[in-house]
Amino acid sequence: MSTKVIGQRIKRNEDPQLLTGQALFTDDVQLSGMVHAAFLRSDHAHAMIKSIDTSVAKKRPGVLAVYTAEDFGDYWHVGPLQVPPPLAIPGAVFNARPLPPIAKDKVRFSGEPLAVVIAESRYIAEDALADILVELEPLKAITNLEKALEPGAPLLHDDLGTNLAADVRQEHGNYAEASAKADVVIKRRFHIDRGAAAAMENRGFVVDWDKRSRQMNVWSNCQAPIPLRNTIAANLGLTASQVRVITPFVGGGFGPKIMTSQAEDVLLPWIAMRLERPIKWIEDRRENFLATTSERDQIHDVEIALTKDGKILGFSDTFYHNTGAYDPYGMTVPLNTHTHTTGSYDIANFFTRVIMVFTNTMIVTPVRGAGRMYGVYIMERMLDIAAKQLKLSPVEIRQRNLIQSNQFPYKTGIIGQDFVENILDSGNYPATLQKAVEMIEYDKFVKEEQPRLRAEGKKVGIGVVCFVEGTAVGPYEGARVNVDGTGKVTVVTGISSQGQGHFTSFAQLVAEQVGVKVGDVRVITGDTGHFHWGAGTFASRGATVAGNAIYTAATKVRNKALDLASKVLETPLEELEIEDGVVRVADIPQKSISLGELATRANPMRGTIDPNMEPGLEATAFYGPPHGATGQGAVAMIVDVDPETYAVKIKRFVIVHDCGTVINPLILDGQIQGGVSMGIGNSYYEQIIYDGHGQVMNASLMDYLLPLSTDMPLKMELGHISTPSPLNPLGAKGVGEAGAIPTPAAFAQAMENALADEKIEILQSPLSQSIMWQMVQEKRK
Amino acid sequence: MSDLYAIKLTVNGAVVEREVEGRLLLSDFLRHELCLTGTHVGCEHGVCGACTILFDGQPVRSCLMFAVQANRHEIRTVEGLGTMEHLHPLQEAFHEKHGLQCGFCTPGILMTMIPFVESHHNPTHEEIREALAGNICRCTGYEFIVDAVQLATQKMHAGMKIAEASIANAIQEKR
Repeated sequence: MSTKVIGQRIKRNEDPQLLTGQALFTDDVQLSGMVHAAFLRSDHAHAMIKSIDTSVAKKRPGVLAVYTAEDFGDYWHVGPLQVPPPLAIPGAVFNARPLPPIAKDKVRFSGEPLAVVIAESRYIAEDALADILVELEPLKAITNLEKALEPGAPLLHDDLGTNLAADVRQEHGNYAEASAKADVVIKRRFHIDRGAAAAMENRGFVVDWDKRSRQMNVWSNCQAPIPLRNTIAANLGLTASQVRVITPFVGGGFGPKIMTSQAEDVLLPWIAMRLERPIKWIEDRRENFLATTSERDQIHDVEIALTKDGKILGFSDTFYHNTGAYDPYGMTVPLNTHTHTTGSYDIANFFTRVIMVFTNTMIVTPVRGAGRMYGVYIMERMLDIAAKQLKLSPVEIRQRNLIQSNQFPYKTGIIGQDFVENILDSGNYPATLQKAVEMIEYDKFVKEEQPRLRAEGKKVGIGVVCFVEGTAVGPYEGARVNVDGTGKVTVVTGISSQGQGHFTSFAQLVAEQVGVKVGDVRVITGDTGHFHWGAGTFASRGATVAGNAIYTAATKVRNKALDLASKVLETPLEELEIEDGVVRVADIPQKSISLGELATRANPMRGTIDPNMEPGLEATAFYGPPHGATGQGAVAMIVDVDPETYAVKIKRFVIVHDCGTVINPLILDGQIQGGVSMGIGNSYYEQIIYDGHGQVMNASLMDYLLPLSTDMPLKMELGHISTPSPLNPLGAKGVGEAGAIPTPAAFAQAMENALADEKIEILQSPLSQSIMWQMVQEKRK
Repeated sequence: MSDLYAIKLTVNGAVVEREVEGRLLLSDFLRHELCLTGTHVGCEHGVCGACTILFDGQPVRSCLMFAVQANRHEIRTVEGLGTMEHLHPLQEAFHEKHGLQCGFCTPGILMTMIPFVESHHNPTHEEIREALAGNICRCTGYEFIVDAVQLATQKMHAGMKIAEASIANAIQEKR
């Protein structure tokens, strides 16, 4: 038997490189003869392009070339659409307007590229941007979701005749009938704004075309190296094998780096072939705020129908969703809202409709949480409001509606981002809530501590919410595992890694099967020269989808090693064991052969091999789930609000989570804590603010507030429950977005509770000190 | 813009002489002229702290300084801490406590905290959080960074105690 490695709290393989400054990030790539790109971006959010004069810029010493849309000739094209429309949903309307790589004729958001300069240094390239003369004819911009659909609103895409990007309705059961039978029907409107992904490393792209070998190498920090490779090859008329995309160490992803059709992806490879010079482009922070992607802006009109005992009979939600100026990423975000609204609850009648709208703002694509938070927020808020009305505690109303353990697989009847019905595979939802309630000592707080603290004049409040996290969607990922003559193992997979600890967790999956040390497994992610199948890192799918492919490939290698050892050692298979890099006879440890020796024998240089044998101790495997695996959990928090400034101290923060089989608890804890910190940012600090002209008012880290060490609770209390998923061999479910999803809902409940005597009702997110102050002042009027 | 200035400075203990443009940022000088790419650039506004280095022993934002300002000064970057084989106690503590995920902000955080861990023997979590508050980490939520810093101070302090004790022993034995 091999040692149990899966589930061990193992320190990360990748740390020493990262800690000593020896890890290669995209901006660290230095190539001989490399030149630098800088983009000129529109100051206007909506304008016709009258002329762009690049003649002066081209004459600046050190400038190699300047291009506008016209200069790309026939190569200029929009798209592709990165995510297909949701045709699986009957009656779905979707107006595809993929991203143009550089604006032609018209500008549709502030920050859209107008020209690109290539120069000997980034400094010179940026100097030359100031030499470009641009004549724009400003148009009225539209940023308001509802007004964008009113007659006479400025049109983003004139040919479309409307700003409607999509209209998709889904219904499970019959909401109208359910509400007719209900004792109580409550209606509310919610406005949810969201923020930037704000990875600490901005986007980056280096491209090198070698004319003699007809080979293009690209270093990019994207989350989807294989789709990027495919796009570049298709754009340039190259075969996929002529383009190698390498994602080195990546300084955080959180969503936007999934894009593979931005200006740099499309334009720089083409330019590199023409100039025959390697080109580097590194996004600056302002560009990241204006022109990468973000996630924001939904308005929900919600109804909940209940019995007087608090049992939900039905839920209805019609919402506007802002997709920004284009919709290259299809409907992933609002479809996640569709599948996460009923969340942890057993609701027989559910209606959901998204009206997706084009506005003069940057495009919207998934950011950690990706639409899930919106669904969870409105459901949890409505439960809070219903609980107050029905005189139930927030915990009670949830307990009465949770899906029970014997109801799995639970069919929701709603089609999700992966275009199949959302089926909740497994879990123990009552147990996660119960554990969170116990950990935070809910009753003790409400009965003893809160009254005492209130008597002292303190504004303290508690919030408890449940959430689901749909993860690990298809289509598939793959991996190849190889043992070489040294006995060391290499595993390659197509997904890229942005700090999730894959170099360790994937190594653990292999180490357990192949019987080697975790440190002896080299993990290569996101290099199409090593492995060229796969879709990418998104939807908390890396550890589960790629993980299962790796685990399966490692199992095949294990079997291959045992088969060969059985022949060499002339011992039946069942008497062999594999451990410490050696296959040995269980009862006669000295009768053994090393994996390295087996690898060498599996790959002979002379003689013959078994005609059915594939050479080497190597195997490839793929894993594609029938539908996503759904994690679930509960959050409980206690806040202490300053009654003058509305500054908030989070006194306690409890999160209980079930992500099935845990590969590495250390990495899991880190993922949860990081997600929570983003959730806290989304609750009270982070908000991209657009004015009515489509200008971002806080496009820097000085003005856009990311949570700091002093904003976080001193200690997060983490609880885990493990209900393995029946969908995959590992039993795993994703966890990457968990913390970000429920936190704003828990925060709102806790704030309302802390300020109970003000009788405010929180119907928006994010909040902030000034929003809370204003809300209280309004109420007091 | 092509006026060049001769500068001479010490970087990680080695004397460096170069001719640079007056406008060249210290961060770009370190990264692109000296190829010390461990120092990362996250915002170029001095907010995120990823580019923090030690300038005459004090943590500074290298994106807010020009290379010429470093003339005749002493700089230490993350490459001047430990090596992969022999990590500095602070680096070791980050490894031990999972104080990093993507690792992009980490070199700046390490350099910010070096003077802190050298001068604080047993800091509270609040003190550590205060010292960290000028550096943004998007991945970790900070808790494991705080744990790592605390562990490092304990290790370094214990190390000093041992060193002090062994010196005292040596003196004793000589007598």
